[in-house]
Amino acid sequence: MTALVPLIVCLPLLGAAVALILGRRRRLQVLVSVLSLTAATVMSAVLLVLVDRTGPAVVQVGGWEAPWGIVLVVDRLSALMLLISALMLLGVLLFAVGQGIIDGDTETPVSIFHPTYLVLAAGLFNAFVAGDLFSMYVGFEMLLSASYVLLTLGGTGARIRVGITYIVVSLVSSILFLSAIALIYGATGTVTLALIAERMPDLPADIQLILGLLLLIAFGVKAAVFPMSFWLPDSYPTAPAPVTAVFAGLLTKVGVYAILRTQTLFFPDNQFSMPLMIVAALTLLVGILGALAQADIKRLLSFTLVSHIGYMLFGIAIGTPLAIAATIFYVVHHIVVQTTLFLTTGLIDRVGGTTSLSRLGGLLRSSPLVAILFFLGALNLGGIPPFSGFLGKIALFQAGTIVGDPIIYVLIGVGALTSLLTLYALARAWNMAFWRPKQQVTDYTSSMSVSLVEDPHDEGIVVKKTISPLMIGATTSMLVLTLALTVFAGPIFDLTTRAAANISSPSTYISAVFPNGTGSIAESNVGTNFEGGAK
Amino acid sequence: MSASLTLVIVMAVMYAAGVYVMLERSLTRVLIGFLLVGNATNLLIFIMSGRPGSAPIVTGASVEDMVDPIPQVLMLTAIVINFGITALLLALIYRSWWLAQLGDEGDTLTDEHATESDDDADATFRSSADDDDAVAESIDEFERGDGATSDEDTVSTKTDAAGRAAASASHPGDAR
Repeated sequence: MTALVPLIVCLPLLGAAVALILGRRRRLQVLVSVLSLTAATVMSAVLLVLVDRTGPAVVQVGGWEAPWGIVLVVDRLSALMLLISALMLLGVLLFAVGQGIIDGDTETPVSIFHPTYLVLAAGLFNAFVAGDLFSMYVGFEMLLSASYVLLTLGGTGARIRVGITYIVVSLVSSILFLSAIALIYGATGTVTLALIAERMPDLPADIQLILGLLLLIAFGVKAAVFPMSFWLPDSYPTAPAPVTAVFAGLLTKVGVYAILRTQTLFFPDNQFSMPLMIVAALTLLVGILGALAQADIKRLLSFTLVSHIGYMLFGIAIGTPLAIAATIFYVVHHIVVQTTLFLTTGLIDRVGGTTSLSRLGGLLRSSPLVAILFFLGALNLGGIPPFSGFLGKIALFQAGTIVGDPIIYVLIGVGALTSLLTLYALARAWNMAFWRPKQQVTDYTSSMSVSLVEDPHDEGIVVKKTISPLMIGATTSMLVLTLALTVFAGPIFDLTTRAAANISSPSTYISAVFPNGTGSIAESNVGTNFEGGAK
Repeated sequence: MSASLTLVIVMAVMYAAGVYVMLERSLTRVLIGFLLVGNATNLLIFIMSGRPGSAPIVTGASVEDMVDPIPQVLMLTAIVINFGITALLLALIYRSWWLAQLGDEGDTLTDEHATESDDDADATFRSSADDDDAVAESIDEFERGDGATSDEDTVSTKTDAAGRAAASASHPGDAR
C-alpha cells in the first residue's frame, strides 16, 4: 500500500514528461494524460479504502527516517482530498478534450495544456500527501507554476493582465509561507509536521502567535479569505472555461486544506478561534454581496466561491471534532459543486455566446439540458434541502450550537443569510438567462437587474459554438457526483467523522509518523540552533 | 540561537527595499522587488542555521563543529524555484511589453499561424529568428502608422482601451 503514496505524485509527473515529448501527436498525448489521471483516481480510491481500514500510510522517502528525511503521510483526510481532486481533474480534462475536438486547440492548445495540467495535478497531490512543511511548499509551488501557465494560455492581452496580478499575489503568499517555514525551523528545529506538532506547545505564547498568524496569512491568500480575496474574482473568470473550473474547485481548497492541517496539528488548543470567526463572517458577507452585483455568471460564481470559503473557516474556528467533520464534508461538496457550475457556465458561454446575464435569454427553450445542469447545481450550492450543500451547512450549524458561544450564533445567522443571498443571486441568474424569453432581452427592465454591474473587460461579442457530447457527458457526470454526495451523505459523513477524529488530536498523527515515539530524537539534531529557540 | 547581526541587517534592508520596489507600477520593478524579497527570505532561512561552523560533510571533523545542513538544503530548493518563476515572469513581462506596443493588434497577430499545417508550424518553430523579425517589423509598422499614441503609458491603459484602439486602428489618421 505504501508504494501507492509516492506513485500518485510521480505518475502524473511522468505523464507530463511523456505528453511533452509526444508534442504534436495529439491523440496519443490526450490518451497519455487521460490514462495517467484515471490511474491516479483509481490509486487514490484504493488508498482511501486501505487507509480507512488500516490507519495512516507513512512513507520515508529514500529510507531516510523522519525528521531527517522527507516523509509522506496519507491519513483519511489526505486520501479523501486526493480522491476528490483526482476525480475533478479527470472530469475537467475530459471536458477540455471535448472542447479541443471542436475548437481545434485555440482555447486549450494541446501541446502545452496537457503537460501543464498534469504538473498541476502532481503538485496538488504532493501538497496533500506532504508530511513536512517544506514538501508542502514544494507542492504548492508546483501547482502554482502550472497555474501561472494555464491562466495565461494563449497570451492574450486580458489574460496577461490578470495573470500578472495573480502571479504577483501568489508570489507574495509563497514568500510569506517560506518565511514562516524558516521561522518555524528556527523555533522548533524541524520542518516535519509531526515533530513541529509536538514541539509547538512548548514555545512561548507570543512566538506561537507570530508563527500561527504568518501561516494563516500565507494560506489565507491562497484560500482567498477576506481581505486577501481581492485577486480571485478578477483573475479566475478570464482563463479558459476548463481551467477556471479546476482553479475554482481545487486551488482555493488546497489553501483550506493547509489551514485545516496546520491549525489542527500545531494549535490544538484552537487559539486562533476568535480571529478565524471574524474573518469567516467577513468572507461570507463581503463575498456574497460582491456576487449580488455581478452581471457576468463567471464573476458571480467567483464571488460565491470566495464567500463559501467562509463556511469552511467557520468550521475550523469552532474546532470540535464534529465541526471538523462538517468542514471536511463541506470542502468535498464545495469542490464538486463549484467545478460543476463553472463547467456548466462554460457550456452556457457556448450555447448563449456570452456569460453576461444582461444579454442571455431563452436558454431553457434552446438548450434544456444545460438549463437542468445549471438549475440542479445552483440549488445545491444555495443549500436547498435535500442537497449536500444543505447537509453540509446544517452539520456546521449543529456543531456550532453544541458549543454555543454568542459569536457562534452570530456566525450561524451570517451563514444562513449568506445561504439565502446565494440562492437569490443564482435564482436571478436562472431567471434572466434561462427563464425569460429571448425576445425580452432588449429593453428588459426589472428591479432585479438594477444593481447589476457588467464585467469591466466584457467584450460583448456573441459567438455561439457547438457543444460536443464529451463536454455534456463530463459535466453531467460531475453533476451526478454532486447528487451522489447527497444520496450517500450518510456514509460519506461517517467517513469525514472518522477523518476528523484522526486529525482533531495531534497525538494520532504524531504516533503514526513516529511509531517508536519521539524520545529518541535528541533535540541536539539541530546542533547549535535549538538552545535558545524553544526554551 | 546565535546569528550574525550583519546578516540580519542585510536581510532587513533587502526585505524593505524589495517590498518598496514591488509596490511600483512598472513590471520590471515588481520583478526586481520579487528577487530582492526572495533572496531576503533565503537569507532568513540561512540565519536560522545558527552559528557558523565547518562543512556538514563527514570528514573527521567533530559533529559539534558542523553547521546545520538542513537550511542549506531548503535554500537550494527555494533558489531553484525562484529561478524558474523569474524566467516565467520575464517571459510574461516581455509579452505584456509587446502587447503594449501593439495595442489591440497584439492579440490578432498570433493568429497568423492558425491556418498553418503541422509542417509549416515546424518550420516556424525552427526559425525563431523569423519570429523576432516579425515582431520588430510589426512594431516598426505600428510606429510608422498610428503609433503616435503609444507613449510609455503601459499595459493597463492600453488593454483597457481595447475598444478605442480597435476603433482608431480602422482610421489610422485619426490617431495622430
